[in-house]
Amino acid sequence: MRGRGRRVGWFGLVLGLALALCLVFLTLPIAAIFLEAGPAELLSSLGSAQALEALWVSLLTTTIALAVILLVGTPAAYLLATRSFRGRAALVTLVELPLVVPPAVAGIGLLAAFGPAGLLGGAIEGAGVRLVFVTAGVVVALVFVASPFYLRQAQAAFEAVDPTWTAASRTLGAGEARTFARIAIPAAAPGLGAGAALAWGRALGEFGATLIFAGSLQGVTQTAPLAIVALFGTDFDAALALSAVLVAVAAALLATVKLLTRGRGPTEGAGLAPR
Amino acid sequence: MLRAELAVALREFELRVELAVESGRGLAVVGPSGAGKSSLLRVLAGLLRPDAGRIECDGESWFDAAAGTDLPPERRRCGFVFQDYALFGQMSAWRNVAYGLGHLRRRERRGAALELLDRFGIAALAEARPAAISGGERQRLALARALGSRPRALLLDEPLAALDASTRGAATRELRRLTAAAGVPTVLVTHDFTEASLLAEEIAVLERGEIVQRGDAETLAARPVSAFVADLTGAVVLTGRALAGAGGGGTEVALDGGGTALTAEPAAPGPVAVGVHPWEIALEPAGAAAHGSARNRLAATVTSVTAVGGRVRVALDAGQPLVAEVTTASRDELGLRPGAEVVAVWKASATRVVPAPGAGLL
Repeated sequence: MRGRGRRVGWFGLVLGLALALCLVFLTLPIAAIFLEAGPAELLSSLGSAQALEALWVSLLTTTIALAVILLVGTPAAYLLATRSFRGRAALVTLVELPLVVPPAVAGIGLLAAFGPAGLLGGAIEGAGVRLVFVTAGVVVALVFVASPFYLRQAQAAFEAVDPTWTAASRTLGAGEARTFARIAIPAAAPGLGAGAALAWGRALGEFGATLIFAGSLQGVTQTAPLAIVALFGTDFDAALALSAVLVAVAAALLATVKLLTRGRGPTEGAGLAPR
Repeated sequence: MLRAELAVALREFELRVELAVESGRGLAVVGPSGAGKSSLLRVLAGLLRPDAGRIECDGESWFDAAAGTDLPPERRRCGFVFQDYALFGQMSAWRNVAYGLGHLRRRERRGAALELLDRFGIAALAEARPAAISGGERQRLALARALGSRPRALLLDEPLAALDASTRGAATRELRRLTAAAGVPTVLVTHDFTEASLLAEEIAVLERGEIVQRGDAETLAARPVSAFVADLTGAVVLTGRALAGAGGGGTEVALDGGGTALTAEPAAPGPVAVGVHPWEIALEPAGAAAHGSARNRLAATVTSVTAVGGRVRVALDAGQPLVAEVTTASRDELGLRPGAEVVAVWKASATRVVPAPGAGLL
């Protein structure tokens, strides 16, 4: 083969080595969670009241947050995707801002806006609502940090819907609302699903903003990530077990995203009409 | 009766159109890509808002800039067949049709949709998704959906463009029959003059947003008002300069690429174009003695030979490009192939004078 087949050059070796390093570095800590404690140990450690309560708080708050995000985010993203107006680009950037704001800063911001001494604190208290140190506060923090993930993906998904479909729907007697519900949403569904999974994943892992804005009260505002921090000094096995659950859920969400956006570009939404 | 008088600024020019189409009749708007044809249909359907004008259908005002009337598309209910049909990919064929049956009660829609599919000969495809059926069937499905919604007017955007040549003939006849039977005004747009002449009684030629000529197909072919229209009707357009004093009411034109052409029509001296249809042009071997009554003779080189049905289209270079349509017999007799030298021959009476390209335009 010498002289015919191309030898692997030094640069190829460098590339391979770099990838191998990435792979080991990125997967080893995840694998270690499962290797450190056996499945039986994991299960028994999950029996701890604190871990179970934290999982329940996480499930409850992320579900409510996701419902809020879908309910408000879907029409908002549709508007951004289908109308052109002055300042639209600036608006899109503003909506994406929470993506790059550090979570701790997000928590401070939420306190400054909705906290008892915040901008709207008086109004919120006047309405008889408390957000700080209660479960509802966790939902507020989660919606703040997770909704941009959904908005971005949903906007891309709606932009990819063939505009002649919505035009055809209108000429067939359907108003704007019916066109949105019957044509745009089903056509964009895979992209919307992927966005929802991304937002849910982000909400599930939320830590900083929740801690600052809602605190870490066991059974009330202590979500799974907060419980891991609280537990790892006292009950490392329980912390490991909770981590394992979060890894499993995160992996399932990632697989969902990949499945829903299969065959499409990474930034592209979904629902491209067949042509 | 659909009446419109509208103006809308497009990217490069303004679309200014006036039209009136009676129920059961068709108007074909013909023009090249980018002439504003699709925009016209979108304005009529309510998908694009005009800057000025009025649109009314059967006495109901759809749009009136002065009165501030602007009915949304769902209240105008135009049966719109889009160029790529815009069938909803996530719905089966019958659900696509049922979508437009909002005027029926929910439980009646499926039956009515199936009945429509049956009338269009695609009942067997009721459960199929649009992506899984052929182009011709998709066209029928789009038509069934548009007609099922009880449209007040039919708007067809290049209705045959997505079909291949083998199904186009049958689809054209069927489309003509269906639009006539619908009993509503039909406006269709196409870039193909032949298609327009087969699908509609009246043709309007659209050039950069303006209707430059309207009439039936015969009138447009016989009396094109411009080189643009002549070219659109399939005529060969040759440019040149009309010479003074040919006598007998005719004109002698010195062609731009060399040679002259005689026409029986008068023309003022100066830049001019002449149009002749490819089937009026006969070919003779180079150097053959002149015979017959044809007074136009132009030496030419064959550039391509294409058989279309029983006829042969011969592209020629005679200083300007020229196209002749001859029989397969004369192709074989003359040994026509690229590079062959021939003489293109046609009658002065078959030669129409049209304003030179660019003349009449600002």
